[in-house]
Amino acid sequence: MNSIQKNRLKDQLFKIWGIVCTLIGLVLLIIFIGDIFIDGISRIDWGFITDLPSRKAEKSGIYTALMGSIWILVLTTIISFPIGVAAGVYLEEYSKKNRLSALLEINISNLAGVPSIIYGLLGLELFARIMNLGASVLTGSLTLSLLILPIIIVATREAIKAVPTSIRDASFALGASKWQTIWHQILPASGGGILTGVILALSRAVGETAPLIVIGALAYVPFAPSTPMDEFSVLPIQIFNWISRPQHGFIENAAAAIIILLLITFVMNGIAVYFRNRWQKKWK
Amino acid sequence: MAKEMEIMEKIKEKKEVKNIIDNDQSKSLQKIDIKNVKVWYDDFNAIKGIDMNIKPNSVTAFIGPSGCGKSTFLRLFNRMNDYVDGFKMEGKIKIDGKNIYKKKVNVEELRKEIGMVFQKPNPFPKSIFENVAYGLKIQGIKDKKFIEARVEKALKQADLWDEVKDNLKKSALALSGGQQQRLCIARTLAVEPSIILMDEPTSALDPISTAKIEDLIFELKEKYTIIIVTHNMQQASRISDYTAFFYLGELIEYNKTKTIFTNPEKKQTENYITGRFG
Repeated sequence: MNSIQKNRLKDQLFKIWGIVCTLIGLVLLIIFIGDIFIDGISRIDWGFITDLPSRKAEKSGIYTALMGSIWILVLTTIISFPIGVAAGVYLEEYSKKNRLSALLEINISNLAGVPSIIYGLLGLELFARIMNLGASVLTGSLTLSLLILPIIIVATREAIKAVPTSIRDASFALGASKWQTIWHQILPASGGGILTGVILALSRAVGETAPLIVIGALAYVPFAPSTPMDEFSVLPIQIFNWISRPQHGFIENAAAAIIILLLITFVMNGIAVYFRNRWQKKWK
Repeated sequence: MAKEMEIMEKIKEKKEVKNIIDNDQSKSLQKIDIKNVKVWYDDFNAIKGIDMNIKPNSVTAFIGPSGCGKSTFLRLFNRMNDYVDGFKMEGKIKIDGKNIYKKKVNVEELRKEIGMVFQKPNPFPKSIFENVAYGLKIQGIKDKKFIEARVEKALKQADLWDEVKDNLKKSALALSGGQQQRLCIARTLAVEPSIILMDEPTSALDPISTAKIEDLIFELKEKYTIIIVTHNMQQASRISDYTAFFYLGELIEYNKTKTIFTNPEKKQTENYITGRFG
């Protein structure tokens, strides 16, 4: 066997290995989703979405948990979007590239890897107790904002880095200030990338359970929250609660709620992909 | 009657716009004096002490092999190196007698006086109109008629008006490379600078587009001081009045273009322009 044939064989082997690896992940996901669909699809109807939780499985709905999730999503967006993007813009455009900024950069990446339950403990102490916000929607949103800020900051920086230097140069050379260049050129050009990162981060926040349990979100709330200071539940907690019940009816409920939650994250990721594609087209 | 009034009004408006444009022509000639300029990037000494004077209303070409510091030197005049990490500079650059590296200098104002055209055409991902209007809009100018007049004038000066006048709203990225570069020149002219810096403006273009831009440079020198960095020896000899030869961060020779190309003083210059190195 000569070296060309050897290389071809290696190429083929790696290709097969790659296919196997891809399939492992995909197959597991399909089994999981299929199993859930079999359990839960028959349970989904309009009533399931609009009913309040109940002790009887067949009468229970996800209304309060769904509304709680929506509240959390909206508030978390309002809090984390401006802070995360501003921090990303500062780090990329204003801060000097020295050891301090390198240290900062490493630490932000590290923060993205901290277990979410730690953020829950921080939220419990800082927001629920010291700031006396209790187990409210606001506490939950602030905690989740802390959790996803590193992701948004990193995504913002990556999106800004992808804007060609030539655009920056052109703007500066025409007498634009730094802020004008950021506002008129860099943000519009990186907007798609930033938005993609923010949506992906938010879809992670929607699925978070642990930190919200730690701050004291309830498994059973009789009413949907109507102000940021109200108590709340969210879909993952509702699912977690139902799964731990012995009756079979609640297992079906949990499966149905998982389908709804998957649908929400699926739609959010879809929007993210849409923005990314539209943004990439603009630059070609 | 009312219609007549309207027409009168329109004529008046047009005249006003014309006046604005005519007034802008009265720019003073600006001389550039460079005194013992040295530049470092961290420990690398990119420019090793250069003295020179650049004459107004002329084309000065900077030539030299890659890495000789000519682009760095060019970017000193509108302070585009300020954002480069590790950039350090010594010496004085005086434009019209004022040192542009003094602390008090407003860099944004300076860059309105000294326009720049880059190596690769770099239009903004916006419409043709918005590209040319950008420099005016960031100055806070809101008068639509004024902006429109300036955009038209700049596009005409850059010899692009006839090709784009019907699709000013089209994306600038849809233009050809040569058109994009002329758009970038128009964008620079719209701000009405007195000096235009060009960093290898034709190196990414085909010969026909290059010829168009060279013609343009020839026309523009009546009103502007132009400094152009080029790798193309023929281009330097065709379009420039003065030529400066740089090598390893030093100014080796600076003279009338004719002299440089026919009777250079230094051996190094002769070797470079005859293609023996570089």
